[in-house]
Amino acid sequence: MRYSAFRVIKEALTGHKGWKPAWRDPVPAAQYDIVVVGGGGHGLATAHYLAKEFGQARVAVIEKGWIGGGNVGRNTTIIRSNYLLDGNEPFYEFSLKLWENLEQDLNYNAMVSQRGILNLIHSDGQRDAFTRRGNAMILNGADADILSTEDIKKRYPFLNTDDARFPIKGGLAQHRGGTVRHDAVAWGYARSADSHGVDIIQNCEVTGFRIEDGVCKGVETTRGFIGAKKVGCAVAGNSSRLMALANMRLPMESHVLQAFVSEGLKPVLPGVITFGAGHFYCSQSDKGGLVFGGDLDGYNSYAQRGNLPAVEDVCEGAMAIFPMLGRARLLRMWGGIMDMSMDGSPIIDKTHIDGLYFNGGWCYGGFKATPASGFAFAHLLAKDEPHPTATAYRFDRFEKGRMIDEKGMGNQPNLH
Amino acid sequence: MKQKSMTQTNRIAGGQVDRSTTLKFSFDGKQYAGHDGDTLASALLANGVRLMGRSFKYHRPRGPLTAGSEEPNALVQLRIGARQEPNTRATTAELFDGLTATSQNRLGSLSFDLLAINDRLSNFLTAGFYYKTFMWPKAFWEKVYEPIIRNAAGLGSLSLHDDPDVYEKGFLHCDLLIIGAGPAGLMAALTAGRSGADVILADEDFRMGGRLNAETFAIGDASGADWAAATVAELTSMPNVRLLPRTTVIGAFDHGIYGAVERISDHLATPAPDKPRQILWRIYTQKTVLAAGAIERPIAFENNDRPGIMTASALRTYANRFGVAVDQRNAIFTNNDDGHRTATDLHAKGVKVTVIDTRTDAPKSQDYEVLAGAQVVNTMGRLGLTFAQVRLQGGSERTIECSALGTSGGWNPNVHMTCHQRGRPTWNADLAAFVPNDLPYGMTVAGAAMGDLSTAGALAGGAKAAQTALGLTTPLPTIPDAEDAPVNITPFWYVAGSNRAWVDQQNDVTVKDVKLSHQEGFRSVEHLKRYTTLGMATDQGKTANMGGLAIMAELAGKTIPEVGTTIFRPPYTPVAIGAFAGRHRGQDFHPKRLTPTHNWAAEQGAVFVEVGNWMRAQWFPRAGETTWRESVDREVMATRGSVGVCDVTTLGKVDVQGADAATFLNKIYCNGFAKLPVGKVRYGLMLREDGIAMDDGTAARLAEDHFVVTTTTANALPVYRHMEFVRQCLVPDMDVQLISTTESWAQYAVAGPNARRVLEKIVDQDISNDAFPFMACADITVCGGLRARLFRISFSGELAYEIAVPTAYGDALIRRIMQAGAEFDITPYGTEALGVMRIEKGHAAGNELNGTTSAQNLGMGRMVSTKKDSIGAVLSRREGLNTDDDLRQVGIKPVDPADKTPAGAHLMAADGPVDAAHDQGYVTSACYSPTLGHHIALAFLKDGVNRIGEQMRLVSPLTGVDVAVEICSAHFVDPEGVRLRG
Amino acid sequence: MIINHPLLGPRDSAEFTYMGDARLMDRPDPDAPDAAAAFYDYAYLRDNPAGWHRELWFHEAGDRSWLVVTRNTVTHEISAVELASDVARAQGRT
Repeated sequence: MRYSAFRVIKEALTGHKGWKPAWRDPVPAAQYDIVVVGGGGHGLATAHYLAKEFGQARVAVIEKGWIGGGNVGRNTTIIRSNYLLDGNEPFYEFSLKLWENLEQDLNYNAMVSQRGILNLIHSDGQRDAFTRRGNAMILNGADADILSTEDIKKRYPFLNTDDARFPIKGGLAQHRGGTVRHDAVAWGYARSADSHGVDIIQNCEVTGFRIEDGVCKGVETTRGFIGAKKVGCAVAGNSSRLMALANMRLPMESHVLQAFVSEGLKPVLPGVITFGAGHFYCSQSDKGGLVFGGDLDGYNSYAQRGNLPAVEDVCEGAMAIFPMLGRARLLRMWGGIMDMSMDGSPIIDKTHIDGLYFNGGWCYGGFKATPASGFAFAHLLAKDEPHPTATAYRFDRFEKGRMIDEKGMGNQPNLH
Repeated sequence: MKQKSMTQTNRIAGGQVDRSTTLKFSFDGKQYAGHDGDTLASALLANGVRLMGRSFKYHRPRGPLTAGSEEPNALVQLRIGARQEPNTRATTAELFDGLTATSQNRLGSLSFDLLAINDRLSNFLTAGFYYKTFMWPKAFWEKVYEPIIRNAAGLGSLSLHDDPDVYEKGFLHCDLLIIGAGPAGLMAALTAGRSGADVILADEDFRMGGRLNAETFAIGDASGADWAAATVAELTSMPNVRLLPRTTVIGAFDHGIYGAVERISDHLATPAPDKPRQILWRIYTQKTVLAAGAIERPIAFENNDRPGIMTASALRTYANRFGVAVDQRNAIFTNNDDGHRTATDLHAKGVKVTVIDTRTDAPKSQDYEVLAGAQVVNTMGRLGLTFAQVRLQGGSERTIECSALGTSGGWNPNVHMTCHQRGRPTWNADLAAFVPNDLPYGMTVAGAAMGDLSTAGALAGGAKAAQTALGLTTPLPTIPDAEDAPVNITPFWYVAGSNRAWVDQQNDVTVKDVKLSHQEGFRSVEHLKRYTTLGMATDQGKTANMGGLAIMAELAGKTIPEVGTTIFRPPYTPVAIGAFAGRHRGQDFHPKRLTPTHNWAAEQGAVFVEVGNWMRAQWFPRAGETTWRESVDREVMATRGSVGVCDVTTLGKVDVQGADAATFLNKIYCNGFAKLPVGKVRYGLMLREDGIAMDDGTAARLAEDHFVVTTTTANALPVYRHMEFVRQCLVPDMDVQLISTTESWAQYAVAGPNARRVLEKIVDQDISNDAFPFMACADITVCGGLRARLFRISFSGELAYEIAVPTAYGDALIRRIMQAGAEFDITPYGTEALGVMRIEKGHAAGNELNGTTSAQNLGMGRMVSTKKDSIGAVLSRREGLNTDDDLRQVGIKPVDPADKTPAGAHLMAADGPVDAAHDQGYVTSACYSPTLGHHIALAFLKDGVNRIGEQMRLVSPLTGVDVAVEICSAHFVDPEGVRLRG
Repeated sequence: MIINHPLLGPRDSAEFTYMGDARLMDRPDPDAPDAAAAFYDYAYLRDNPAGWHRELWFHEAGDRSWLVVTRNTVTHEISAVELASDVARAQGRT
């Protein structure tokens, strides 16, 4: 069923009786060509591109709970490609370009909104680093703009520039950055994948991999064995738990990142803004809620909830730059499990087991990567070679000393 | 214009408002009066105002649904000016004299909202409609549709002025935290308080007592409200009990830590002088009794959202507690006996009541009409209820004239806080409600929150919970007699056939939306929530979620517990962001660290800059200097020409002592320290275990078993932490001790050809070049006996010393140095001049040690000793860190001396393409060199060592730079190091 | 969270800095023939369990002790807190 304004009007006039389920609820088949484990944003995007771009007909996504229930369902909805390193920037720029055409590709309005993202600068050293980054972005074909304090003040007149502990000395902007309605990304990919024949199987948990003579033959699940020529795993924060079933240890830790939303408010923030001297970033959703976050709680956790110190730290950052937010109320806090890797960059690679592929280590940057991650993983699964923008995301980069460390924090995942 | 007199036409006898006071207030510009003890909602209802807001999406006219913090509808903008608070619940806002409120989320007036057109279009604006359209033409989403949606969405407005109020934070500790001061909470507090335990009793209401304040029944010989007041009085007299009214416990965090917000001043026009608006308490408790009560849930039926329609218990609360009859003609729509309690109470107040009970076996009444087996199928009234359409048991319909309709669908225990650590509640079929199951550490639940919905059950449960929590062996206090009615309920969620029947009133989610969600496959409770926005409004679905999931269960052919609940997340009710921030705003956002000579530097007119929380002098402008460059150039030239002095106190310092001190340094530095003689300093490079440069500095050997290690300012803490890690975790038996002494010593660099002449006047010993050569160090005395340390090290490349004295003497020392240096025109210099001189010398600093550079990149590859083990040595040998064409630090100078060579610019081949694929490196640090008379820079360049003399192109498209540069040695000034040895 | 410091008693976790898996104490022998592989494993690979986890915390705003805390990463419950130096010695480090 194709969505359109015409269709919405027609259904409205006929009692909405014609709407069909956005995706089927199929019984798992005994055998697929490719099984994607994980019905989050990345897994569903992988399935969509496998079917639509790489002509794979027999694909299933299996999800232990409900689709879109992982980090794609609990994030701060930001898209951007303001990366520094060659290993990253082309990939994220590819992702941003896919975002820009997402609605037409999926026939689903995920509300991609290029409201711009602004990173505030507070010191000369930061300006130097952001200048280098902005240049790397431009050299890679992305957009970047350096703004003066006056430029910023025009956009955010209520920004604290009078009594700031860390004076604002400008900002690095990417005007093509923005936000997307996060749940709709999962649903749009799922609906499109389903329409291209992908089986989306919810409430089906992987309990093991069937590996014979070093070759992965499929997955054991709570709904029985499902055979596959290739199995691709994209389960973000649960990567270590899943891959332990294949006796793998990963270069990552799972950490809790909290995020927050305020009560609905009439529009105040035009775009995404990040505070460079504290832990705070914020945007405003179309519904009016301020969506904001900051730093990890800092300890390994699978609890999907955090503690007060991180909440206070973020709100202190909010008040430092926006003292007018004091009377806005924080409505809801939640925590997601971040697959924090050892250099802050992801892995999209084959494993040492034939037929078993891995996608993970997204840290807290996974949402913006969703389209490119899905595309690159589909490319790898379909062609057995990495997508040109994802060649650096290898398992062996740590052993070889080819880390992709944007922040320069080394093998300390909670600092990335 | 003269306002009509303030009437309070709906005020009736009784209640707990103080009729001796009259409080004036305004709503949407109109003046009203109420009493002390009123909420804004109760006072407006007393004045006959039912319409208080507009819904989120369809802009439907709305009045209060409840009388508590679960309110979805009656949200107003409270106060004006910088104190304007959007989305404030009228049902909890305490009335004060002069209160000003305005309605929100409307275009036009509250009674004539132009956006109410959305309601007419509602058939097009169903759940998720926006995902299916607004896609053509592509650009229109952001340019046309989205701005319209954004402006229509949102609720209230922020003032955009800085919040003028102060917020405070504090810690509290107790043996027992009791959340909720209704019958269960009060009884728990009495039990615990009498046992001598440290007790905190917190309640969100301004009047403790919970439902007792809203009910008519007795406890013992007293009314419930009087018993509550007497109990509060007794608790107040106990020194071990702290009562926190107006305090919402917002979340249960790990290990018995609770967050709570106390509203100190929200019931006042403005906070009293020196008082905060609110306090965020972090309550650390051993045990917790959750006695948070229960919330009555509505029933969904066609047009169930008109002003005047509310929960039955809300009608009861307004009548009993606030002395307000919303109208003289009331109807009650119920599926359980508690609805009849409201009817009984209203009847006793002289209000006409008709009860519509869905149950065919509904209890009968002598006092009011009961329509058994009947349902409300529709209502009328544009801006407020006028009629209810009722389908009688036989199927015929009847219209009942009423302006107030109470609905009672049963009570939901307030399990919220029991689920903050991912516990899931369990279904209780007798109550037709979820009750607590997995509890957070140390929590017990009592009273209605546990599903004990009778007063007697709450009193007994509260006492027992306190006894259990504290392990008391003393006998329980006497439990007074109280009502003990059983729960009789036949679950009934929505009237069959209804479509525009509101489930989530604030977000305008109807029964039809839930059906559509099911039809389109969004059947998981989380999908239902996210697709329809059920439960995502400011009330977090407290009155909505249960109905929504019951309808979904019915559609999916599942039981309610099979469908399950969404996750309960803190905070229990929304919290001002200012409260979480406390005093951490403005200049107090972060602590500010000042060096001992801060005042001295300020006297010299220094411009300060933040470095790792320290305030450092950046430069010292003099009269007549119009740009910072003039000052910095002067400081550099004066230092290189004669002598300068710079405060370097902020550098990290670690004292390393013990027989194994040298062995320990050998472990943490990649270069060797074992053979460093006493009295000598050596440059040291510290690697992380992954082989990347972590920090650099010097280690001075003051004695066989005593070193002083310095770190960069920014890394003082991480380096010390790392050193302690190595000491405690890797070499626990090594005889070595570490103390961070960064704050203990004030330290100054004295640099320039006349440095020695200045210091000779201060230092008590011979510091001639022979007696104290380059890289010498010593414990010395200055000024005739003051303990000090002297290091002959140079960051500037000049003849230079760093001299340290105990912090308390820092200010005195700098003044003595200035005095001694006066004859040489000694010049204080700041971090900018320091930076210029280090770039001129090619020394790496923070911009180069950026966490991704190896010793190789820095041109120090050979420093990594292969003769010994040190942290990072093994992994520094990985192939990726040792490629031939790797980045190497080089110097850059412009071909045209007028050009700048800015940091952050990238290097390209002179004649090649300019893009990422041909990127050769980047500039890390840049400055104007007054010594050389042109700009210079340090850069990392691929295969840099072999490209000295090459001409390249330096580009910064971001800032519009494209200049020709020459690659050169990074040692721009005195590359042989003659000066520093002089 | 509250960490029951073996020397100082219960302290708020906000006083501490977190490092990670306590296996970071098991630094391999740099002279072993497989040192390169062993150091890669040591520095980069983690069990990252959902459940009990022995991990290193530094009492930065306290007595500067490194502690080994046994904590459940699903519930955040803490079952044991030891001085890292004691643990290191017990593991045979000198």
